[in-house]
Amino acid sequence: MTESFSQAWSSTLQALLRRGSGAGANLVEVFLEHTDHLGLLAEQERITSVNPTFARGAGIRVFHNGRDGFVSTNDLSVEGLTRALDQALAMLDLEANMLADHSRFEGLGVFKDYGLEKAQWLQQCPSMRDASSRLLEGTSQLERLGHNLQVRRGSYSRDWQEVLVAASDGTFARDIRLHQSTGLSVLAADGEHRSSVGRRYGSTDRPNDLFTWNVENSAAEVCESAGTMLRADYVEAGQMPVVLANRFGGVIFHEACGHLLETTQIERGTTPFADRVGELIAHPSVTAIDEGLSSGAFGSLSIDDEGMEPLRTVLIKDGVLKCFISDRAGELRTGHQRTGSGRRQSHAFAAASRMRNTYIDAGEHKPEDLIASVERGLYCKSMGGGSVGPTGQFNFSVEEGYLIENGNLTRPVKGATLIGDAKEVMPRISMCADDLDLAAGYCGSVSGSIFVTVGQPHIKVDSITVGGR
Amino acid sequence: MTTNTLDASDLRDRVQALASGAGIRHWDLGAACSDDCSVQVDRGDAKQMKAAQRSSITVRVWNSDGLVGITSTTDLTDAGLTRALEGAYQASAFGNPDDVPQFSPLATAPLPNQERPLMPRQGILTLLKDLRSAEAELLSRHPAIETVPYNGLAESLSTNLYINSDGALRSIERTQASLYLYARAEESGRKPRSSGAIRMALGSQDLDIQGCIDEAVERTVSHLAYQPIETGTYRVCFTPEAFLSLIGAFSSIFNARAVLDGVSLSSRESLGQQLAVPFLSLEDDGLHPDHISASPFDGEGTPTQKLSLIESGFLRNFLHSEATARAFGVKPTGHAGLGAKVSVGPDWFVVGTTPGRSSGLGLDHNLETDTFVLIEDLSALHAGVKSTQGSFSLPFDGWLVKDGERISVEAATVAGDIRSLLTSILHLEATQEVTHRGVSPHVWVEALSITGEA
Repeated sequence: MTESFSQAWSSTLQALLRRGSGAGANLVEVFLEHTDHLGLLAEQERITSVNPTFARGAGIRVFHNGRDGFVSTNDLSVEGLTRALDQALAMLDLEANMLADHSRFEGLGVFKDYGLEKAQWLQQCPSMRDASSRLLEGTSQLERLGHNLQVRRGSYSRDWQEVLVAASDGTFARDIRLHQSTGLSVLAADGEHRSSVGRRYGSTDRPNDLFTWNVENSAAEVCESAGTMLRADYVEAGQMPVVLANRFGGVIFHEACGHLLETTQIERGTTPFADRVGELIAHPSVTAIDEGLSSGAFGSLSIDDEGMEPLRTVLIKDGVLKCFISDRAGELRTGHQRTGSGRRQSHAFAAASRMRNTYIDAGEHKPEDLIASVERGLYCKSMGGGSVGPTGQFNFSVEEGYLIENGNLTRPVKGATLIGDAKEVMPRISMCADDLDLAAGYCGSVSGSIFVTVGQPHIKVDSITVGGR
Repeated sequence: MTTNTLDASDLRDRVQALASGAGIRHWDLGAACSDDCSVQVDRGDAKQMKAAQRSSITVRVWNSDGLVGITSTTDLTDAGLTRALEGAYQASAFGNPDDVPQFSPLATAPLPNQERPLMPRQGILTLLKDLRSAEAELLSRHPAIETVPYNGLAESLSTNLYINSDGALRSIERTQASLYLYARAEESGRKPRSSGAIRMALGSQDLDIQGCIDEAVERTVSHLAYQPIETGTYRVCFTPEAFLSLIGAFSSIFNARAVLDGVSLSSRESLGQQLAVPFLSLEDDGLHPDHISASPFDGEGTPTQKLSLIESGFLRNFLHSEATARAFGVKPTGHAGLGAKVSVGPDWFVVGTTPGRSSGLGLDHNLETDTFVLIEDLSALHAGVKSTQGSFSLPFDGWLVKDGERISVEAATVAGDIRSLLTSILHLEATQEVTHRGVSPHVWVEALSITGEA
């Protein structure tokens, strides 16, 4: 077990911050990290991979006149950290000079320890044996409930992270994070017909989550979807109305709009919404929120990676743009106040403004009202991944789709990819149902891959391009 | 400038001593360390400058039952290595008795000669100056290009090791540099458009910066005059980059690990069967002189080699690790990672026309007058490719070419099946182009579904 970070680091950190401030930096930030990861894979009736990983490192960031230099290292010795700091200073033409005036650094503030009550979390997590048993139970349930299954897999991932953040503005905080995720997936095959279906579940800060996982329900959901999609036809391409299911359907907002409301996009000049706070950018039925507070949600956190407690940020209210998602650099360069959204994959990345739990809020309709309102369109029950480009063009794939004909769900269809432009699609989200639900996911962007939640109630998009055959 | 190094002999001796102390007799490891720096700029200002010193090790141990366990760490102190060995030993209790990796029989075989000099690093301030200059020139080349939102210039020095308890010790030290410039252009009343270019080299002073600027400008400007495309079936020509990204996304076809796991479109019986048109050949050539990241050995210490995958349209070989090679009764091919369950992956695809074969057509994407869609780049492969099913549905950048005139496609997807695509290739153009993904000519395909917004 690695020795925990504590207030004992205070003198080392103060010396580093004083050194950086003394060199003339506007702000110096030190991010220290320990991680302990366990990954398990079960295939059919065997555990086929057990991957423990532990790591440590530091990321040191220096701001000066709007610019920043960032250095990461695995060397947590005083010499290693000092070398990293000096390298970051040199990037900005600054040089450590211990004779210089240190007055800008007034010492670290009160140590805020968010990890105190989480000290035993790692020990409370399932052992390798417990986790293996649960996964094998999962692949066994798949065998019992599925048909034509060629491959059955279960996976488990546990990411424990201890962080210590200190900055020359006095920030001094420690936290422990715990993310666990489980998944089941199958490949069904019958002659030339194939379907591959997977479901992943994730939680934050719940050490015993694997023990409360309803394996049978998860397996049943996967098997039902795989069976339905095995002989599904390819979707017919074109422009059409689309109803997106709740939970992971929220990937549409994440890709189409969420990324464009991060201040990193303002900095790059790649968001069409940069000057539109206070303006109508979406249909009046849309209210969208980003927060890090929902209990157990994958994107929740006690402090962000810059030591700030997360806020509940209303991004869009009744279609009107209210706020951007901002971090320290975003506030510095765009003027949008920090929202507790400075996030990074690890010490090897500088924090950036990133989404946390991001969702469209519940509306007043029933899900069936949305489907009934479509004469001919597509119902997207399960979504795959997606992305957004530098011009606001987004895309995401549909894993499980159904045709809507005369207000009813009819045949299953596969192979659909939805593409669109954020500015054009947001005003077309015309109906929101009352069944808001969240789903865990991973988001890859400028500061690496992070844990997030997407979510929404069932929503209707009046028209979108459905790519297919 | 810092230099982060690994002493292979010292690491071997320390792990050997710690393993012996823990009663572990059979072990191997992969280790890496690197010293990287990179810069990004924004309209003349340094946006971010980054540097990293990274070290990591992955150690495998075999227990008394012959089962294998693994642990990875960035802590290369004796305490870290001890913990890694203990963790690996603990994990070995869960080793899969049906699939136990062993040392590669080629882990001590002679390595191929690679003439890859270590290039001097220039340092971050020189990189910043060069990138600022490149961005300024790019912005000056066309009034519609307002920003270069995605840009970066990086250089690195890295060391990779493979060591095992039977005496194998492999070490490679490399330098590498990369430049990417992705511009965003916007004309009044029109949607913004974006495109760019990438260059790689052994050292930052060898990067073709001017070529990267020229290509980024040409590509970006060529998409300014865009139109929606009508949904339908079109004759398609893939650029080398686009074809390589598509074939790469379906590389499980050639992956013996995926075959054994039942998640490949291929089976054991697929070898020798026709997979593509007779004039198509595909090799994996990890030693290709233009492959900047080439390594002379894989994660298990097996020497890298050139391997024919498709010859005259027939599937000839699979990519192997030690374990998959043993299962197939062949030798490892040098495509393994290092793990409890060893992954297998391609190095560097080279697509070309089979010697002595021809499509019989003379299609040329620069001269063809019949209508076709020229696909420049594919997006969202992580989401739109179903490698276990063979299907794809992907957004793309490209042009509708009519009477020789190129009209940029506003927003569209291309969909199809990889097996159908490989057997409906019409023609491979004569010129093989080197890209950062591999080598390929332009590839013509009979008919693919395109969905547009017209």
